[in-house]
Amino acid sequence: MTRHVVAAVRDLPPGGRKLFSVRGRPIAVFNLEGQFYGLLNRCPHQGGSLCEGLLTGLVLADTPGEYRMERAGEIIRCPWHGWEFDIRTGQSWCEPDKIAVRQFPVQATSGQALVQGPYVAETIAVSVEEHYIVVEI
Amino acid sequence: MLTSGAIDCDIHPGVPGIKTLLPYMSAHWQSAFIERGMDGFDPASYPPNAPISCRADWRVSGGKPGTDFAQLQRQALDHFGTRFAICNPLYGGPMAVSETMGAAICSATNDWIAAEWLARDPRLRASIVVPAQAPHLAVEEIERLASDQRFVQILLPAAAEMPYGKRYYWPIYQAAEKYDLPIGLHTGSLFRHAPTSNGWPSQYLHDYVAAHQVFEDQLLSLIYEGALTKFDRLRLVFLESGVTWLPGFLWRANKTWRGVRPEVPWVKAAPAELVRHHVRLTMQPLDAPPDAADLGFVLDQLGSDDMLLFATDYPHWQFDGDAALPAGIDAGLVRKMMVDNPLATYARLGK
Repeated sequence: MTRHVVAAVRDLPPGGRKLFSVRGRPIAVFNLEGQFYGLLNRCPHQGGSLCEGLLTGLVLADTPGEYRMERAGEIIRCPWHGWEFDIRTGQSWCEPDKIAVRQFPVQATSGQALVQGPYVAETIAVSVEEHYIVVEI
Repeated sequence: MLTSGAIDCDIHPGVPGIKTLLPYMSAHWQSAFIERGMDGFDPASYPPNAPISCRADWRVSGGKPGTDFAQLQRQALDHFGTRFAICNPLYGGPMAVSETMGAAICSATNDWIAAEWLARDPRLRASIVVPAQAPHLAVEEIERLASDQRFVQILLPAAAEMPYGKRYYWPIYQAAEKYDLPIGLHTGSLFRHAPTSNGWPSQYLHDYVAAHQVFEDQLLSLIYEGALTKFDRLRLVFLESGVTWLPGFLWRANKTWRGVRPEVPWVKAAPAELVRHHVRLTMQPLDAPPDAADLGFVLDQLGSDDMLLFATDYPHWQFDGDAALPAGIDAGLVRKMMVDNPLATYARLGK
């Protein structure tokens, strides 16, 4: 595993998502209330770009005809066929054990720590005063 | 005989006509039918003289198909070595435009079957026919007969006034769960709505071949309206729906559900899983592929050995001779179809 600095934290505010290419792989990074999550940007169904999908919540019901929305902003729907994925786990809602998107660990790390440890910053200049989004791959 | 000991889940004793049912009607309905001279409540789906309506060697001399008790006993029960056979009379009660008249014909049909068929042979069981056009009266009829354990199912035509998932029909499902009675949906309708999703065909041939379409619609309705979520113990038996159309339909239903699930969030399992849990199908007609070797593949695609129920569909002409079981079905599945699956589906048969 190598650690790749992809952006400064301030460039991806909470609720946002952004597509990065890390070692040639398209990785969609999501900021969920300050926590970062990374998913391979290919829907396991037919390869749709998940990063371009509707970021929404989970529609649930206890009984027929009643709707409630939970977990706002935690579900991405593929723009091609609407399959739903949990951005925290990569699992599909309909068949979580069989159908999932590959996850990549993403962290916010201080510039100070990055200066000390091994990392790859292909396009980002790192400053010790900033915080950065680091994808492990 | 390969079928010895089998449970035949679909046979059709014929109702000779209103006159036969009059003794089982109230004074009002007796006089109403006599005064108005009404008869001929046979559904149009099986015109008595059409070849499909009765095998040549099972025709009743001078009568409608299935109307001779001794002949049915000999041909449908003795000959195949049947352990139990479930009688599904197809007559106009569930279809009459008048709700109360329909209910009267249904009640009379049920009492006639009990007195003149079930009482005369311990191998016979029956479905409760109910007025599909009046769910509240259907529930009354179920309540009236539920304590008679010889009635093992509630029979509805495959199509009625509205799709069966609608809440209008839920009281019937509630009663079905309460009394441990599966709902049998038999090919047919109320015969006043177009039998296809595309309007009225010109030919009987079209009507007959297209009959499975409505089963697809009913499945979608029952799943998406939430009826199968609400009534988890409900079992549906598709009678004469054919079988081999089902796998492709299930794949399509699953695929689309994955994309549009938020519209029906109460559907918490894939449609195919729900169908395997709730639905059983009688295997005549099976609509088997021409090559017996291909049949195993299609049946594997159902994804469950629990779904098929043995049936001859007597006296309808689905096969010749003793070939009630098409070649190409695995011996283990044959055993399940003939005995285990019917016993699991019809809890009352085991009592």
